[in-house]
Amino acid sequence: MLDLTYDSPKPKVIAGATGDWELVIGMEVHAQVASKAKLFSGASTQFGAEPNSNVAFVDAGMPGMLPVINEGCVEMAVRTGLGLKAEINLFSAFDRKNYFYPDLPQGYQISQLYHPIVGEGEVLVEMGNGMARLVRIERIHLEQDAGKSIHDMDPAMSFVDLNRTGVALMEIVSRPDIRGPEEAAAYVVKLRQILRYLGTCDGNMQNGNLRADVNVSVCRPGDYERYQATQDFGHLGTRCEIKNMNSMRFIQAAIDYEARRQIAILEDGGKVDQETRLYDPDKNETRSMRSKEEAHDYRYFPDPDLLPLEIEQAWVDDIAARLPELPDAKKARFINDFGLSDYDASVLTAEVANAAYFEKVAEGRDGKLAANWVINELFGRLKKEDHTIEESPVTPEQLGKIVGLISSDAISGKIAKDLFEIIYTEGGDPEAIVEERGMKQVTDTGAIEAAVDEVIAANPGQVEKAQQNPKLAGWFVGQVMKATGGKANPKAVDSLVKAKLGIE
Amino acid sequence: MSDLTKLKISEARDAMRKGDVTSVELTEACLSAIDAADALGAFVHKTPEIALEQARAADARKGADAPSLNGIPLGIKDLFCTKGVASQAASRILEGFKPEYESTVSSQLFADGAVMLGKLNMDEFAMGSSNETSCYGNAVNPWKVDDVALTPGGSSGGSAAAVAADLCLGATGTDTGGSIRQPAAFTGITGIKPTYGRCSRWGIVAFASSLDQAGPMTKDVRDAAIMLQAMCGHDPKDSTSADLAVPDFEAALTGDIKGKTIGIPKEYRMDGMPAEIEKLWADGAEMLKDAGANLVDISLPHTKYALPAYYVIAPAEASSNLARYDGVRFGHRAKLAQGDGITEMYEKTRAEGFGPEVQRRVMVGTYVLSAGFYDAYYNRARRVRTLIKQDFETVFAEGVDAILTPATPSAAFALGTTHADPVEMYLNDVFTVTVNLAGLPGISVPTGLDAKGLPLGLQLIGRPWEEADLLNIAYALEGAAGFVAKPQKWW
Repeated sequence: MLDLTYDSPKPKVIAGATGDWELVIGMEVHAQVASKAKLFSGASTQFGAEPNSNVAFVDAGMPGMLPVINEGCVEMAVRTGLGLKAEINLFSAFDRKNYFYPDLPQGYQISQLYHPIVGEGEVLVEMGNGMARLVRIERIHLEQDAGKSIHDMDPAMSFVDLNRTGVALMEIVSRPDIRGPEEAAAYVVKLRQILRYLGTCDGNMQNGNLRADVNVSVCRPGDYERYQATQDFGHLGTRCEIKNMNSMRFIQAAIDYEARRQIAILEDGGKVDQETRLYDPDKNETRSMRSKEEAHDYRYFPDPDLLPLEIEQAWVDDIAARLPELPDAKKARFINDFGLSDYDASVLTAEVANAAYFEKVAEGRDGKLAANWVINELFGRLKKEDHTIEESPVTPEQLGKIVGLISSDAISGKIAKDLFEIIYTEGGDPEAIVEERGMKQVTDTGAIEAAVDEVIAANPGQVEKAQQNPKLAGWFVGQVMKATGGKANPKAVDSLVKAKLGIE
Repeated sequence: MSDLTKLKISEARDAMRKGDVTSVELTEACLSAIDAADALGAFVHKTPEIALEQARAADARKGADAPSLNGIPLGIKDLFCTKGVASQAASRILEGFKPEYESTVSSQLFADGAVMLGKLNMDEFAMGSSNETSCYGNAVNPWKVDDVALTPGGSSGGSAAAVAADLCLGATGTDTGGSIRQPAAFTGITGIKPTYGRCSRWGIVAFASSLDQAGPMTKDVRDAAIMLQAMCGHDPKDSTSADLAVPDFEAALTGDIKGKTIGIPKEYRMDGMPAEIEKLWADGAEMLKDAGANLVDISLPHTKYALPAYYVIAPAEASSNLARYDGVRFGHRAKLAQGDGITEMYEKTRAEGFGPEVQRRVMVGTYVLSAGFYDAYYNRARRVRTLIKQDFETVFAEGVDAILTPATPSAAFALGTTHADPVEMYLNDVFTVTVNLAGLPGISVPTGLDAKGLPLGLQLIGRPWEEADLLNIAYALEGAAGFVAKPQKWW
């Protein structure tokens, strides 16, 4: 792979009354493993099922029921780790995190505190304009999701839906390497992109399949560099954790609000309390959920129902060998092999399906032209009708033929747009349609010349004006194109018009 | 045949195979005995309909091909979840709970033809050594002296009382710190706790998951071998269940122990140990020697730390395992006052549902796992556990085949005598907890009576997964001891 080089972006600076402040952000992203069954039971993970229908006895915390690890989920976690260039721990273990809540039937969540399955990795977060932040991943561990408590269905009662209880999550924990709200959102976007490439999480944030806890603190310029040099968190400010964010927009707004709140406290001579906060998008503010003193004592200890999870290096190697090409590599290849711009390559690699579509269109053809057609015509048209790439009525083979017809000068760009519209709405073989409907570009200069002569002869007044103002030659080109039904080669028309008018 | 209930499993099996008796006759005899024995408090949920149905089915498939436990009436400890039958772990908090599933162990017993007579009393959540923490009230030992009601031991006290009083031919027990072996010793029966992982824990209400094991409680060693055979084996539903072949335990009972090396651990010679226990132990060693075994003095140096380590680890796991009893989904839920929220619901439900000993252990367990104390208690106890395990590994590596110790520090004690000091109760487990901490198989065999005529047992501890060998050594000891005493019927 061709490595692209980037510069580090500047941290977000907020000017306070007493000087500048910088932001320091770390994230814990909870990604639901794309598994059909739960982490420790055979119950289905299907979204939107009848409440309490996807529940095994063990999920409901029934007496004597025991968890059995789902190997598929372990493979997904390893695959994710490998995709984030992380260290895979051949030995990991599950711990119980104990707390009481009605949507946690066992009274504990099975997680991996002491020995996570994945160790240190990294995510490159591009910020545009040749800038990118390398965010270090501290760890990824597997854990169970909790159920859902519903408090607003009845004035006196709460309801509990255990369908989500026990669904496998990967908690992806970053180092505090993110330096601003935009970077935080871009980090989630990139992580989501990688997970979707890997197929280990569908990244659906609306359904809560990807959500983030954001740790925010502020410090003075220079403090972060001191932290980097020493890895001593003492140089950084006290952090607050904003829980359960499931929108890029809210993440940015919440960080911005939270940073300003902390700065206001500090500039007032106060102290930031370490606490867990919730973001209220309606009021655009964060509110205290529980302070450090109120924090749960989770009494973590190794789950005696589960043996330590030991995996073989050969299995890991096999998973590594089956990894797909990931976004960074694909983007670099697109830039390198197809001569695309950084921007176009980013757009085309954002979703693996888009990239695959583009590659089919571009195969053996002009890559830049293919990229233009995929991004501008196809994506534009799909977006207008709210269609996904999978729903595209135009296949990559069809679009490829259109691009091919343009490249070979068989049709003009303008005709190509008409052709695209025909294919989009009616379907068919682009090459056959061009033939059948006589859309082929006229490259026969004799025919074009005749058309030019006719237009010049019919418009003597315009000829005079054009000869004085050569810019008006375009009017003649337009008339000729009209007369030929757009099929004349515009370049040929242009040079003939200019020659005949004598304004070259 | 009024003596039907006195039959051992092996005898009943042979009699049924010969056609001398039917399972229905045997089952009806047991059901009558149970109905006449309410004073023992052994059976807490009787299931005569299920029993007779299973007995009729057993009689229908009688013959040479009948499974090993075909038609044998058993009692099931209340800790086992039995489908559609109250399974309460002797706790008020599981009031009304009838599981939709059958534990692996009980379903294997039924698959082998066994008949379930009912559910047996026990200490609440298997926490106790006297059966007095049961929400049903305690079971009583069928053995009695001076007209004082004695404990059958715990936690499998109902199982022990039922087998000793001939209410059933055998019973399931579970053993977390001695809960099979101590009551077996107190009631003059045999009880084996197999190697951790031998029996599936699936469907058994958890007390301390890393220590809990099911096992049979029977009238002799042969019956223990027959019943254990049916109970154990790999279960993919329990991650800690061992995927190992199970040998034929009964076939291993040759009684030939020539050349076996039996270790006598000096650390089990406790200060203030009654002379009777000392003598029982010495006699037992002598019997094994006479049978051709070599006796060696061994040292298990970390033994003295076992009890404290156990009483950290077991409550820690229990505090977490019992969190699910919160009144939300099943069992008891407290009546709430106007304005009570979820916290009050938890507090009131658990205060009403759990007895004092369970509450004590939940609190101890919560404490030892809490931030700031975890390393000092829980982690330290885990390290001690590793050392205890290594003690055993060392002596086994030196060629010891089994270890002989007393099963209990005394004979059965009077009910109502240990309430004041829970620690005194915990001392009952002094000879048995090491086996659970190390995950080893241990068996209690009755070998004598004390001066008052109460039964006493010796414990043999075996190598991991060598239950066949352990049972055979126990069989030799049983044969040499010739213990045949039975309690005088008073109930």
